[in-house]
Amino acid sequence: MSRHLLSIDDVSAGEIQTIFETAAEMHDVQRRAVKKLPALRGRTVINLFFEDSTRTRSSFEIAGKWLSADVINLSAKGSSASKGESLRDTVLTVTAMGIDGLVIRHSASGAAHQVAGWIDVPVINAGDGMHEHPTQALLDGYALARHFGEGRAEADSLEGKTVAIVGDLTHSRVFRSNVKSLAKLGAKVVAVAPPTLMPAGVGEWAKSDGFSTSYDLDEVLPEADAVMMLRVQRERMSGGYFPSPREYTVGYGLTRERLGRLKDGVPILHPGPMNRGLEISPDAADAAGSLVLDQVSAGVAVRMSVLYHLLAGENEKENA
Amino acid sequence: MSSVLIKGASLLGQRTADVYVADGLIREIGAVTATADQVVDAAGLVALPGFVDLHTHLREPGREDAETVLTGSQAAAAGGYTAVLAMANTTPVTDTAEAAVGVWELGREAGLVDVQPVGAVTKGLAGQELAELGLMARSKARVRVFSDDGKCVADPRVMRRALEYVKTFGGVVSQHSQDPALAPYGSACCHEGELSGRLGLPGWPGVAEEVIVARDVMLARHTGSRLHVAHVSTAGSVEVIRWAKAQRIDVTAEVTPHHLLLTTDLLASYDPTYKVNPPLRPVEDVEALRAALADGTIDAVATDHAPHARHDKEHAFVDAAFGMLGLEQALSVVTTVMVEQGLLDWTGVARVMSGSPARIAGLDGAHGHELAVGAPANITLVDPAAQVVVDREASRSLSRNNPWHARKLTGAVVATFLRGTPTVLGGQLA
Repeated sequence: MSRHLLSIDDVSAGEIQTIFETAAEMHDVQRRAVKKLPALRGRTVINLFFEDSTRTRSSFEIAGKWLSADVINLSAKGSSASKGESLRDTVLTVTAMGIDGLVIRHSASGAAHQVAGWIDVPVINAGDGMHEHPTQALLDGYALARHFGEGRAEADSLEGKTVAIVGDLTHSRVFRSNVKSLAKLGAKVVAVAPPTLMPAGVGEWAKSDGFSTSYDLDEVLPEADAVMMLRVQRERMSGGYFPSPREYTVGYGLTRERLGRLKDGVPILHPGPMNRGLEISPDAADAAGSLVLDQVSAGVAVRMSVLYHLLAGENEKENA
Repeated sequence: MSSVLIKGASLLGQRTADVYVADGLIREIGAVTATADQVVDAAGLVALPGFVDLHTHLREPGREDAETVLTGSQAAAAGGYTAVLAMANTTPVTDTAEAAVGVWELGREAGLVDVQPVGAVTKGLAGQELAELGLMARSKARVRVFSDDGKCVADPRVMRRALEYVKTFGGVVSQHSQDPALAPYGSACCHEGELSGRLGLPGWPGVAEEVIVARDVMLARHTGSRLHVAHVSTAGSVEVIRWAKAQRIDVTAEVTPHHLLLTTDLLASYDPTYKVNPPLRPVEDVEALRAALADGTIDAVATDHAPHARHDKEHAFVDAAFGMLGLEQALSVVTTVMVEQGLLDWTGVARVMSGSPARIAGLDGAHGHELAVGAPANITLVDPAAQVVVDREASRSLSRNNPWHARKLTGAVVATFLRGTPTVLGGQLA
């Protein structure tokens, strides 16, 4: 496995399968009364978050703690450029404390890549701007694999499935990571958004990476084996990218009516936080097929798996 | 003043002759028998008129940690330049006669190239009120080129007034063409296309440049004034300029060395060395720019030499400073992409790096002349066959944001003479 997890490009299909297998073991731990494993005892992981986050940060924190790592959260929001310190200096300072792994979130695309070039400990990208969020895509894939594998997270259970990803694709790192990981898992992705929320150059990109795009959600839904709804940021709602929230919901929301057009038992995913009533109706969010809370629990298991594979030494892996 | 005999140079690559220089002027060309204080063996070298850079950031006053007028002048001389136009976006901005004279005097003290200040078009580069264009023009710095470079004069009414006003003293507005509504300052940083989509970098679409170029050539026609388009980066802008010239609109244009060779795909590594404004474009644009430089649609090569302290480049890509070095490698890049490819001969190089920029800047007479008896002895000697591997640590600039580092280029500046005095000899500062 690659030294860092910066992008889904860093993991092969086989490695995703390995991550899923370990995640399944970790998932069982979550249901135990005593949840700690000793795998990362004595290791220190820093969650360096330059951007607000509750769920991703706490998911990484719980994952690290259940592996017995010492996890320290550092909120560096606005502390770098605004204080005149370069990103490189901030990261070198944190690393010089003697850490074993760095989990980083930054509002700038590429930040994790740049950081990995400056320090010599494993770096895990917990979201870089509009670029990637690889652990989110792995947990989405894992939740889907468990769904289609009827509880067993076999990576090949997504083979040939059609997954619709719907929403603000332009600004979404979840989309960018998922479109890569779902392709590695053999799924067919249909990216759905109004033209103003499609990433630049998506036409050529889709052609070379083997996914398709559509402006018409209603045309896509009957064919979908899974639907992933993406959050639309509040600040993008007022006239910039689409005329009104109401019009967005009519065109691209997973409304109650659209729910009825899905094939039976189609799983519904959302990385959260949800805008209920905008991109996803309460009926969809709480539907029997909704995997929203499974995604959250899968998140801890998958992050445990990733931390384990990147940070545990060979001895610890043998004894695990 | 002393005399110099340049022996056996190939003048513009056309005929081999000796050039005898005394008291700042070219005195004799041919088989010279006179003795000189200094003899420079120029066998195998091409003699060109000293280069003129329409677009240099010297950072002084304000960011003397990144560059000073002296270190920028050293880099310019090493690059074969005898005159540079110092952009106005310093701290404070060059928007008064006093500020312009200050830069001009720093240039005189350095004494390596003629440092000609560019005046701001608007006060504080804010795009609202005209700066004191006339006072800058009447000052002893004799400012003729005005630019808010780094910012666009986006308001069409302000641009119209600026174009009208500079007519009184034969000035020109050099426009940084970027519609800030389509490519917001600070955030837009990657050519908008498939790669910006994949990388999640805010797009800087070519159309944000093209709509301003199109608007400005129409304003130039309407006002009957002179427009210069700074750092043209797209094929679409080239088409508009070609059309405007065919209509006899008074427009000139420049292209940077980096837009002639480097392409968008370099951003895939998120290395802020390659962050520049306007951004690096795809290969189709690069090819159109080369063709336009060859056919005269683009008049000049201008470096947009933009030094930055290392820590200002060591931020996340979108937070890092825009700009890259250019003065020392411009000739090598032009040799590699234009001369070696057969797109320009040395007469053409003299045109795009000396004659045309001198004329655009209003420096003709002092710079950009023919190599002829009686002309000022601003001369650059180039080794056309030199193979150079660029080492950023060898730069005379104070900064190291050099996109050419470790690249192999053809052509090197061997010597530079400013009014007959060598500033560079044997590739080293004299």
